[in-house]
Amino acid sequence: MTSHDDSDDNGITRRHALECMIWAGTGVLWTISAGVPVSLNMLGEARAAQVPSKGFTFLQISDSHIGFDKAANPHAIDTLKEAMAKIHALPVKPSFMIHTGDITHLSRADQFDAADQLIGRAGFDVHYVPGEHDVIDEGNGRAYLDRYGKNTKGEGWFSFDQEGVHFVGLVNVVNLKAGGLGNLGAEQLAWLADDLKAVRNSTPVVVFAHIPLWAIYPEWGWGTDDAAQALAMLKRFGSVTVLNGHIHQIMQKVEGNITFHTARSTAFPQPAPGTAPSPGPMTVPPGQLRSLLGITDVAVKRGKANLAIIDSTLAEK
Amino acid sequence: MLRKQVTRRQLAAFCAALGLALALPGPLRAEDAARVKIDNFAFTPQDLTVKVGTTVTFENDDDIPHLVVATDNSFRSKALDTGDTYAFTFTKPGEFPYFCGLHPHMQGKVTVTQ
Repeated sequence: MTSHDDSDDNGITRRHALECMIWAGTGVLWTISAGVPVSLNMLGEARAAQVPSKGFTFLQISDSHIGFDKAANPHAIDTLKEAMAKIHALPVKPSFMIHTGDITHLSRADQFDAADQLIGRAGFDVHYVPGEHDVIDEGNGRAYLDRYGKNTKGEGWFSFDQEGVHFVGLVNVVNLKAGGLGNLGAEQLAWLADDLKAVRNSTPVVVFAHIPLWAIYPEWGWGTDDAAQALAMLKRFGSVTVLNGHIHQIMQKVEGNITFHTARSTAFPQPAPGTAPSPGPMTVPPGQLRSLLGITDVAVKRGKANLAIIDSTLAEK
Repeated sequence: MLRKQVTRRQLAAFCAALGLALALPGPLRAEDAARVKIDNFAFTPQDLTVKVGTTVTFENDDDIPHLVVATDNSFRSKALDTGDTYAFTFTKPGEFPYFCGLHPHMQGKVTVTQ
């Protein structure tokens, strides 16, 4: 277990960011403590036991890429099974799950079916947002919306409230523009502005989307063109947590009232920004994959910019 | 001897037929075909110049699917998995910038000349 307790009030340091970038894993368990999301060690009983008596937990998984069978992980379905088994074994049952996209690799019906069977079997409410791999069916996203679009707007965005926390699921993987990054679009931004009108400044807000809503590495497309407009709408809230996937590794940042966090994949790791010719799947020596598929805890404290980060790998017992 | 001559004659006829077939206009003529490889999240060559009537085949050599979309929407491939190809015949002269519909920072251009 690697622990980073960053006491620097300016937030996460570059060194910490780089350290945290080298791990990859399966999921993050979040708990709401005093209205502020705190991520827990998904697999560690010691940490999970810290779930407060008042509050609730939710779990984030991402980038399951069902159907992926290349060298980086010929059995992406198996690692999702392992992740789900860990979730089933949690001593404290999460109130619900979110999946931050790339459920499938190629948007094929059999891939959606296989993912449904595994994730649906968990017995949780699951809130999905699509990744770009989920909207490449013949109908350009129809297959995704047919399955997960119920009670959503537009291309699949939605919001809901859970015990005083406002959750917003955004879609930034459709209608992508040449030379651009992720894209929210005018229609969704208008919906978001309207959606947030009724939410008080004191209400904690959790926003999740597939592609990071902050510019992590635009050279690899790791950012969202019009995210700034969405983030501007979130400035007035006391606590905002932004959860993303897409980059298959943990990265985080605190900027003012907003904490950004990216999740690991359950399928395969991707290289740290700029460390490879492309962001394609990273093949590691046999036996090392699960040591890269790890877990990360992030404790977010109200009124403090600093994060307490605990990284552990699946290889650790 | 006779047998050998017949064989030669047959061979010559075959070669003539083959030559005729190759000379016929059609999409399979080597000079009317070009290839763009997709590798490491990049189109190679990034800028390709071809003559009108050329069929350009895009081939994905990455472990991640890509999707070829013309900026003016004049053509659009399906999602190309590893090893998949998409062929488009350019029938009009002009510049045709395109990008990957999944990773739009990936861009290329086909210039079609008369």
